[in-house]
Amino acid sequence: MSQRAAIAAIRFGLGRRPEEALPADPAGWLAGQLRPGLATPLPLGLPGYVDIADALLRDRTERDQARLAAAAAPPAMPVAPQMPPRHLRLIGEAETRAHTGVLLATAAPFRERLVAFWANHFAFNIRRGPVIAAHAGHYLREAIRPHVTGPFASLLEAAVLHPVMLGYLDNNQSTGPNSPIGWRRNQGLNENLAREVLELHTVSPAAGYSQADVTSFARILTGWQMRPLAQPGGGVWFNANRHEPGAKTLLGRSFPEGERGAHEALAFLAGHPATHRHLAEKLVRHFVADAPPPAAIRRVEGALRDTGGDLGAASAALISLPEAWDRPLSKLRSPQDYVVAVLRAVGFAAPEGLGVAATMARLGQPLWQVPAPDGWPDTAPAWTGPEAMLRRVEWAHAVAGRFAGSADPGVIAEHALGPLANPATLREMGRAGSRRDALTLLFTSPEFQRR
Amino acid sequence: MTHHHLPRRALLLGLGAAATLGPARLAFGRAPGDARLVVVLLRGALDGLAAVPPYGDPAFAALRPGEAREPGTPGGPLDLGGRFGLHPRLANVHAMFQANEAVVLHAIAGPYRTRSHFDAQALLESGEARIGTSGWLNRALAGLPEPARGARNGLALGTDIPLLMRGPTRIANHAPLTAARPEDDLMARIAALNEPDPLLGPAMREGLAQRAYTAGALGPQPQGGPRPQNPTAELARAAGRLLAEADGPRVAALDMGGWDTHAGQAQRLSNTLGALDEALGAMRDALGPVWRRTAVLVMTEFGRTAALNGSGGTDHGTGGAAFLLGGAVAGGRVVADWPGLAPDQLFERRDLAPTADLRSLILPLLREHLSLPEAVIAATFPEARGFSTMRGLLRA
Repeated sequence: MSQRAAIAAIRFGLGRRPEEALPADPAGWLAGQLRPGLATPLPLGLPGYVDIADALLRDRTERDQARLAAAAAPPAMPVAPQMPPRHLRLIGEAETRAHTGVLLATAAPFRERLVAFWANHFAFNIRRGPVIAAHAGHYLREAIRPHVTGPFASLLEAAVLHPVMLGYLDNNQSTGPNSPIGWRRNQGLNENLAREVLELHTVSPAAGYSQADVTSFARILTGWQMRPLAQPGGGVWFNANRHEPGAKTLLGRSFPEGERGAHEALAFLAGHPATHRHLAEKLVRHFVADAPPPAAIRRVEGALRDTGGDLGAASAALISLPEAWDRPLSKLRSPQDYVVAVLRAVGFAAPEGLGVAATMARLGQPLWQVPAPDGWPDTAPAWTGPEAMLRRVEWAHAVAGRFAGSADPGVIAEHALGPLANPATLREMGRAGSRRDALTLLFTSPEFQRR
Repeated sequence: MTHHHLPRRALLLGLGAAATLGPARLAFGRAPGDARLVVVLLRGALDGLAAVPPYGDPAFAALRPGEAREPGTPGGPLDLGGRFGLHPRLANVHAMFQANEAVVLHAIAGPYRTRSHFDAQALLESGEARIGTSGWLNRALAGLPEPARGARNGLALGTDIPLLMRGPTRIANHAPLTAARPEDDLMARIAALNEPDPLLGPAMREGLAQRAYTAGALGPQPQGGPRPQNPTAELARAAGRLLAEADGPRVAALDMGGWDTHAGQAQRLSNTLGALDEALGAMRDALGPVWRRTAVLVMTEFGRTAALNGSGGTDHGTGGAAFLLGGAVAGGRVVADWPGLAPDQLFERRDLAPTADLRSLILPLLREHLSLPEAVIAATFPEARGFSTMRGLLRA
């Protein structure tokens, strides 16, 4: 394996599977994954908005029936424990299996890394409630995945105006104080979504916006919310009765009242030079180095500026950075990346997605559960607590035990690391007392934990 | 009976305190390096006006209809002496207050005014003018006496190390839960292979040392049991037990999230404050006699808007509340230079105005409680000369 092929599979990918062929042209292999319309190995039949709304309704009906039955039961009878929302939970489990299945099996791992990067840029937490949890897979599939190589404006609008984000950052409850509902129920603004879109998703504090901009943007976003269950169809709608009337000013520009205001404001923010700078820095930090080299940031920023925010062009610029092909690999595999890389290395592909998700949680990075809207940290020191390291070792040891019977550690090392394997690691593996120990040494070696 | 009453009353009035408790305190509290400090960082911005309602402020009721209750009424606050109350779920904190082991601080904030969680937390943890790569609590460790061989003065609870505890001094790290581990010999070879890596080498070495160390202090831990109802209380209890060890850590850091209550905050805060209160009580109990030498700082990155927003929540604000708890604290007081809640008294006409700096609260903990040398304090807070020190927070 050439060094460039190994770097392409590890730094830009998810780690190599045993059956994957080696690309003769590693940069071309990565660029090929940026083609729009590339198929993803997702199972058929995952739920759309209508299915999720239907599951919500069915859960609610079952809950009401259980309450009625409990109320009608004689007091001496034991009351049935409260039912968890069954249909929503089933959706969540199916989506988790499907998503982790893609991570383990995909032949376009660079594209999948981009999906993970943007899902972390537009971070969310399913523990905020069962409705958000039931929409998580849909969010990844419909709001993030189709847009990771298209215009950033499309990705921004798809992510921000999705039930997951409108729920997670409280826009469902934000009400124009002078809207009909605001008057009638004496409700008002919730500025959470507006602030985080400015601070985290687009221009960042470097743009120098004020509290007045945040409030004004919150007014622009009023009315965008998840469709109530009483209306068929699910998904998102614009509720004009919650919308703050009048034009609003954001960063010195005026935006019209109504649905158009949010579309135009998001498009404006997506194209702002400060947004390009912010995105370029995050991309380079993620793919190249914890301390992103300024020259590399400028190149990716330039690609965004010259193409009006095309994320395919930005991703292509990342591949063409000389710094991205340097040794040694200095980034640390986050717990999720680590779990995926180990399981890909042993050729694991069974549809046991929930076990994979449970392991990610145990190693400190539960799937779709960021602690805060700024997403998971993207620098090594955040993941190298002594306890976290030991949990990696213990889990790697368990996996090694399970696969030692069928795997040749030397072959796996060659497939997974190629020329990046440290001679000392190979030497210790050769001296190991068992295949299991040899595999454990491989997976816990510093070069396997880096990318 | 009568002769029992006199000393007890005298004690309550503060007259007998020095005579009765003085020698004991000298015996327990004066050895350098014997004090314990715990910092609990509430991430997401605790609403200080809900946690410590200023029910005596005439403008409070207009800002928080439904929250402005008098002590003693149903759902009303636990009284803190006439103007301020405590949220009813903070029963343990209130008991500490009544035992003169809690100072409640209000209208307090860090030095930044950006209303960004992430900048504010990082600045509060970093303690420098710009966000650095180490935290003030770690830098403070440099001034403590050398720990026993193999032990650490600092302890971080949970699987990740907060910026507050990152830095040049190596710390202990504990998270409940263990699994079947490789043989010692394999572990040693893993550690050796990682040794050349500047990050992974020390982390691996440290992890191995701590497993052996904490296992002795904590006893066997449940394996694969149900998720604890209140993980913060689990961590707090573990912190208390480890800090109570004679050769255990002296300083610990603990995180708790769930405070970013933009919507429906009455219910959410009630649950989260209840969990915090349970954790603080569990830590006190686990510390046992060492509680007398302990100070626990509970702080958050900023407060929230004075008025409720349109969805029964509060948005990012400025001034908030903090708590200083423990047997080493001169408690039973509310410390607040109260700015008032009338519209023109609010910061930018929306937030509780900050009249005290969190760093002024931290400095006496370093200087008087941990007895750190001035040179270490200067390195811990490079700008320490720029702000004042609160006086009289700790027992003499």
